[in-house]
Formats: sequence, structure tokens, C-alpha cells
Amino acid sequence: MSMLQVKDLSIHFGGVKAVQNVSFNIDAGIVYSVIGPNGAGKTTLFNLITGVYKPTTGEIRLDGEAIHGKSPNELATRGVARTFQNLQICMNMSAVENVMVGAHLRLDRNLVKAALRFPGLKRRDAETRAEAAELMRFVGLEKYVEARADAMSYGALKRLEIARALAMKPRLIFLDEPAAGLNPKETIEVDHLVRKIADSGVTVVLVEHDMKMVMNLSDRILVLDYGKKLAEGSGEEVRKNPDVIAAYLGAHA
Amino acid sequence: MKKSVYNGLYLVIAILLVLPFVLPNSFYLDLAVRMAINAVIVLGLNLLIGFAGQISLGHAGFLGIGAYASAVLPTHFGWHPLLAMGAGAAATGLLAGLVARPIFKLKGHYLAMATLGLGIIINIALRNEAQWTGGPDGMPVPGMGLFGFELSSDKQWYWVVAVLLSVSVWASLNLIDSPFGRALRALHGSEVASQVVGVDVVRYKVAIFVLSAVFASLMGSVTAHYVGFVSPNFADFFHSIELVTMVVIGGMASVYGSLVGAVLLTALPQALATFEGWETVVFGAILMLSMIFMPKGLVPTLAAKFGKGE
Repeated sequence: MSMLQVKDLSIHFGGVKAVQNVSFNIDAGIVYSVIGPNGAGKTTLFNLITGVYKPTTGEIRLDGEAIHGKSPNELATRGVARTFQNLQICMNMSAVENVMVGAHLRLDRNLVKAALRFPGLKRRDAETRAEAAELMRFVGLEKYVEARADAMSYGALKRLEIARALAMKPRLIFLDEPAAGLNPKETIEVDHLVRKIADSGVTVVLVEHDMKMVMNLSDRILVLDYGKKLAEGSGEEVRKNPDVIAAYLGAHA
Repeated sequence: MKKSVYNGLYLVIAILLVLPFVLPNSFYLDLAVRMAINAVIVLGLNLLIGFAGQISLGHAGFLGIGAYASAVLPTHFGWHPLLAMGAGAAATGLLAGLVARPIFKLKGHYLAMATLGLGIIINIALRNEAQWTGGPDGMPVPGMGLFGFELSSDKQWYWVVAVLLSVSVWASLNLIDSPFGRALRALHGSEVASQVVGVDVVRYKVAIFVLSAVFASLMGSVTAHYVGFVSPNFADFFHSIELVTMVVIGGMASVYGSLVGAVLLTALPQALATFEGWETVVFGAILMLSMIFMPKGLVPTLAAKFGKGE
């Protein structure tokens, strides 16, 4: 059975049908990419699966269990992590604290113990800080471990989001345009990073416009256009699909 | 860097220890007690406003519940003051918890309006239930006895309040740098980001709202016993605004800023008394200027200027 099963998923915003009857399955351990022109519904699809939006119709199953309509924090408990296309970094916190927040569910969140500075809690916090610093090294942010988040560059913040998502120790991670706005060198680094994440056993779902990166990394690709599924298959299959060529290059290409 | 956060606490304790021996007379001791009481309230409020990013314009209402619990229950029902204080805090916690769920479905201006309304409702109730509360005239509050020992002089009160303040600063510092505190700050920084890492946003907002309300209620009780009298003005809208102003002037999301804000704004009306009739104007001008030139508040601005961070 596939890890993630999406069936007839739709969401309407007033008259706008942002996602219409989209179905696909994602097997565990692969890199699955979602591509399509701007406005095709890629980010909306991510928001639906990660609980930020509630679908109008359709169902989403994780390991066979229905998860549509569940809130993002409930999905987090099931090992689903994500990053955002438009950065969602907590600028009021340091870089390493942003990553530590990712470990939220694995820590003791008791208010009274925290206020009274229980030794066990402090010890666990120190470990979490060390783990977070290690994750920052993993994503290539070692020189920012002591930095404030608002003092970091755009490219660094993109990777900080990935580190925060990884701090959840997820089974399934959604990366929404991790290379958008990055220079070619940074893009290659993110390419390597996504490969490393996939190799560590995490299932990766990727939205990305950089076709070289998508073709390079993906085991399977879903093509969306105007909220509908246009094609699905391996990189080779998708590249040769006439509908996909038409959508990207115009009908007469 | 992590260590230095607690250095401020040692400084606060040192000042609190020395203060009663250098203050020239009881007028200043009284002022110090009121500063310290306000500081504890503002600490709690800053956790809500500065750290969690949620506004409350009704906190004086919670002060009022605590204060009137300490006035009414011992006077009319013969309750022990400590029991009355606890009952006030419990009632406040319950009320805050009940209204918080619907309230925190709101954001920004709407949240401000809802908390404002709540504060005003409490104030009206205190004003109208004259047979219990003395109505607009207020009522006297019986003395506070601790373990068969009557708290009467300003000096005794000073030490009680000094201990409360030190513990509150310590607990606040601990809370901020904990998984709970990071979740609070994260939902302020990016609500959706905190949700996707598993923070139950509404639960955390409710928790910190209740905590800061209970803080306010307890300090309302303390104030009532210390002053020996309560009136509805203590729980009115202007007092709520004054508390929020203390948070903002001292510095949002700054523990030591809360103390500075409380101390300054408690002292300022006294210092401006010489302006006779113009003090409100001067007070307003000072607030405006400090907001224009130090929008982040005193302590964060100064900390950034001298390159220390908090």
C-alpha cells in the first residue's frame, strides 16, 4: 500500500476551482515532485495535504488512515513536515531556536516544570540545542548557529526552514520551492541536500520550478495545470507527454 | 550569552535588598511597593503581549476580580484572606479560560475589542453590585494575616512584594527559554509555521492568557490588602491601558523591559505632579516621544544600542 493516497481531491474558493479531482499515490522512500505552471495549484495541493486548507471534496489517506480535515498540528504528530514557498521563519527568535521549535512534539511542554526550571527539562533543552546545531550543519548553516534569524540571507533562511522541518524527525516532508530565489550555486547545494534527506529514508514531496533539479531528483512526477492532473509518471514519461509539452510551451509547440 | 540573561535577575535582587535602607521616607517605600506590584502584573502581561503576540485590553478586569475577592469574601463571609485570594485567582482562571477559546478565534483589532469588552463588563458588574462591592464608592479591605502574623507596615509589605517580584522574574526567564516558551514565541513569529511543527496554537494562547490573568488577579488581591481599600476605578479601562503602556514603553518581549516600564510609569505621575494640571499633557507627550524614537521600547532599544542583546 502506498504511504500517501490522494483521491478525487478538490477545493473551491468561491468560484475558483483551485484543485479539481486530483488523485495520486506516493510510495514510501521516494522523491515525488509536483510541477506545473504558475497558478496550477501546487501550493494549494500542499496546503490541502498538510492541513492548512480543508478540502471541499475528496480524501487523503496516510498509511491508510484518513487525514483530510485534520489540523496541521495533528498531522505533525503523524510525522508530516513541510517548508513554505514564502518563508515562514520566526524572526523574533534566534536561528537555532527556530530549529529547536521543530522538536516541539518530542519535548516536555509542561508550563509549571518550565517556570520552575526542572533540571530534567534543562538537560533535555541543552540536548535539543545541540541536535538543532547539528541539523544546521547538515543543511550547511554551520556558520549561522549563533545568529539571529533576522540577520540571515534569503538563501540561508530557506535552508533554515528545511532544518526546522527535519527537527521534527518526519517520515514525510513537503518542500515547497526550496530553490526559488536562490543563485545557481545555492540551487546545486539544495539539490544535494534534498538527495541527502531522501537517502536518510524520509519520503520527499517536492514542488519546484527548476526543471534540472526536478528531473535530477524525482522518482515520480505529477504535472498539474489549472488545478487538474495533466500527467503523472517518471521524468522520462512526463517529458515526452504531449499534453505537458503543450501546457509548458503553448498548444502549437 | 545564555548566562547573562540571569545576571539581570541578580541585579534586581541586589536593588531590592538595598532599596529599603536608602529610601529617605515612607512615601518612597510606598512608591516602591506599588512599582513592584505593577512590575509583577506587567511581567505576566508581557508574556501574553510581547512574547505570544496577543493583546489584552481588559487586564484590569482580572485585577479587579482578585481585589474584590479579597475584599468581599473576608468581609461578608468571613473567609481567610489567603483562601479568598486563591478563590479570586481560581475564579479568574476559570473565567479567562472560558472566554479565551472563543476570543482567540479572533485576531488583531477584533481580539483587542473582545478583551476590552470583557474588562468593561467586569467593571460594570463591580460598579453595580453595590450590596456586595459598595458600588462606585468601593469598600474597605480587611488586613492580611500570614501564619498568625499581621502584615501591617509598609516595610513588611515591601519584603513580601520583593520576594514575589524576584520569583516572578526568575520564573519568566525560565519559561521563555523552555519548550513552552519557544512555542509561544514561535506562534507570534509565524502562526502557520508553529502549527505545522505541531504547536496547538489555540491551546497555547489560552494557556498564556489564563496564566497572565491569574497573575493579575493575585496581584489585585495583594494590592487590595496593601492599600486597604478597593474601588471600581482599580478595574477600569484606563488602568488596563496603563498596564499595556507599561509593557510597550519598557519593551515588548523583554523581561527587564517589563520592570523598567512598570517602574517608570508608576513614578512618572508623581514626578510630574509639579506641572499642576498639565501633568496629563506632559505624560502623553513623553509616551508619544518615546514611541516615536524608541518604538521597540526602552530596554530593547538601549540593549541594541550598546550591542549586548538581552
